[in-house]
Amino acid sequence: METVTLTIKSQPVLFLEADNITPDVFAGKSAADIASLHAYEGRDQITLGKYFDVAGKAGATAADTKIVVKGDVSRVKYIGMKMSAGEILVEKSADMYVGGWMQGGKLTVKGNVDAFAGLGMQNGELIIEGNAGNYLGAAYRGDWRGMQAGVIRVKGNAGSDIGTFMNGGTIIVEGNVDVHVGTHAEGGKIIVKGNGKSKIGGQMVEGEIYVFGTIDVMMPGYKYIEDVDLEVDGVKGKFALYHGDLGERHPKRKGQIVYGKLYQKI
Amino acid sequence: MTKSVTDVICPFCGTLCDDLEVVVSDDGKTIVDVYNACAIGAEKFMHAQASGRVTRPRMQQPDGSYKEVSYDEAVEYTAQMLAKSKKPLMYGWSSTSCEAQSVGHEIAEQVGAIVDNTATVCHGTTLLAVQDVGIPSCTLGEVKNRADRIIFWGCNPCHAHPRHMSRYSIFPRGFFTNKGHKNRKMIVVDPRNTDTAKMADIHFQIEQGRDYELLSALRVALRKEVLPDTVAGVPKEKIYEAAELLTSGRFGIIFFGMGVTQTLSKNHNIDEAIMLTKDLNEFTKFSIMAMRGHYNVTGSGQVLGWQFGYPFCVDLSRGFARYNPGETSSNDLLRRGEVDAVFVLGSDPGAHFPISSVKKISELPSVAVDPHITPTTEVAKLHVPVAFVGVEVGGNCYRMDNVPIDARKVVDPPEGVLTDEEFLTRVNKRVKELMEA
Ligand code: SF4
Repeated sequence: METVTLTIKSQPVLFLEADNITPDVFAGKSAADIASLHAYEGRDQITLGKYFDVAGKAGATAADTKIVVKGDVSRVKYIGMKMSAGEILVEKSADMYVGGWMQGGKLTVKGNVDAFAGLGMQNGELIIEGNAGNYLGAAYRGDWRGMQAGVIRVKGNAGSDIGTFMNGGTIIVEGNVDVHVGTHAEGGKIIVKGNGKSKIGGQMVEGEIYVFGTIDVMMPGYKYIEDVDLEVDGVKGKFALYHGDLGERHPKRKGQIVYGKLYQKI
Repeated sequence: MTKSVTDVICPFCGTLCDDLEVVVSDDGKTIVDVYNACAIGAEKFMHAQASGRVTRPRMQQPDGSYKEVSYDEAVEYTAQMLAKSKKPLMYGWSSTSCEAQSVGHEIAEQVGAIVDNTATVCHGTTLLAVQDVGIPSCTLGEVKNRADRIIFWGCNPCHAHPRHMSRYSIFPRGFFTNKGHKNRKMIVVDPRNTDTAKMADIHFQIEQGRDYELLSALRVALRKEVLPDTVAGVPKEKIYEAAELLTSGRFGIIFFGMGVTQTLSKNHNIDEAIMLTKDLNEFTKFSIMAMRGHYNVTGSGQVLGWQFGYPFCVDLSRGFARYNPGETSSNDLLRRGEVDAVFVLGSDPGAHFPISSVKKISELPSVAVDPHITPTTEVAKLHVPVAFVGVEVGGNCYRMDNVPIDARKVVDPPEGVLTDEEFLTRVNKRVKELMEA
């Protein structure tokens, strides 16, 4: 695997839209080719070389390419957008849309990310070692397909509206989350190892939500079913199972109504 | 001798009353009296006449004082500012005509601006919900003639839309509602005991920020599922009763306002309210409508919608329209430092935005176009006074139910004062020259 290192030279005045920072676009390119790829600052089209020093070279394919992003890129959007293979390592914090519509490969951010990370994610692995913003693994505005498959792991906390319209894949938040978890979900699994607030599983049709900590206010459409023993992300324990959202439509499978499942650790 | 202008529309709130009568002096220059309008509507007409009105553009000087400049200089400054900027914000558009909005959008397209309207701090969340789940709506005429179950959720028409209840929703005798308010059941959901709430048959005084739960509970009740003992502070018996009352009507309508669009859950509240409306259509006919504030904020959404495909927060910086409130919304852009110039027309963000955003406006090159002196014109580098739309110049406007109504001109603007459309047209021409150079 070949490695390309991008080091930010100066901070953009406005924000940088850098949807070309992906193994797919870099594949087969030299450092000079990569430096001449375009990015946008407002309506100005600029080159990546204006803000980044580029070292190393890319592999022949996306799968053979690793990108290391050094320096503070908290004013850079769209890192890893639509990447299908290979690896990206962001050493500090990044802005919005990290791993948006990602299709494969592995993307790690050591710092924090702003909103819309893993938006409409189709596959792959997204790891945020700091905190994530709102709309993690959610759907783009108006789309009914949030996260489809793959794994998102956040070691810190996450914001509101995570997993909106989710229908596959797994989101694990090791810290706490803000309001609205898995709203409109039709599948997938969300694990919150810290505390939840309220509006958890609202309008959920199908899917699973696990909350290890507290829930401030439960949605009225959740009905207690039973206690179950489970192992969730390496943690064994007893969980109270609720079915819901009873205010929402639910499909029938093999003569049985399928509900969303909310598990709270006891 | 005075003369009377009839069928005048009121350019104040989204009710867009179209039955006003305005008495003007013989020379057609001054307004003497306004009939049929509510107090705030009449005030809008009288205010246009107030003495001490600014009639020439004013440029802020380094010491904070103002210098009068010509319209030519104002056009030049505005065009230069927009053409030099990499990502200007063009905000407002809710208190002007659709014709002016359209010219503004042409400028925005040329300079790669972000166009946003007052929905961003008001019913933008409604627009998000509509995009997610659609909306079963109707016109105010249908409400007047048919509705017998009226819900006001998080809104207070007594004060914000004073003639809404008398013209459309509660009191008028319509074709199938010939006993007026006696035909109707009125439900108000509001944590405060407002004047509207005092008139209601049922008032749910819910806990703040629990609208989403109560809406969800009503859907649970319609499905005859079990509820917890209380939801949002309301006992479950009352919720089952309300569900019964709603399904027993012939035609119901949910009107909702900022008490539910801008509180916790925002777009999700409206999403859930729309889904409740859809569920109610399994039992009877039900509709839902946003109580839009500014008289032509609906029009701004319409014009943006047909030109770019999105009703607010439209980002044209990359030459095609993108949209993602949370990123391309005015307050987020200002808070994060994503724009480098601000143009405001037909709104007063100085009074309605958080102070941190207003501070950002004051630090950037900025132009405010407004007939009045407002908190926004006070922080902007350039203030361009214009004629009052709906009083001194006509133009197309959209009522809250998306019905277009043409506003009428009643009196002349003060000598030499341009209209929004005239000013924008001149800026547009100059921007074109600058961008082509
Ligand atoms: S209700 Fe609204 S539109 Fe009607 S007169 Fe009053 S302010 Fe004007």
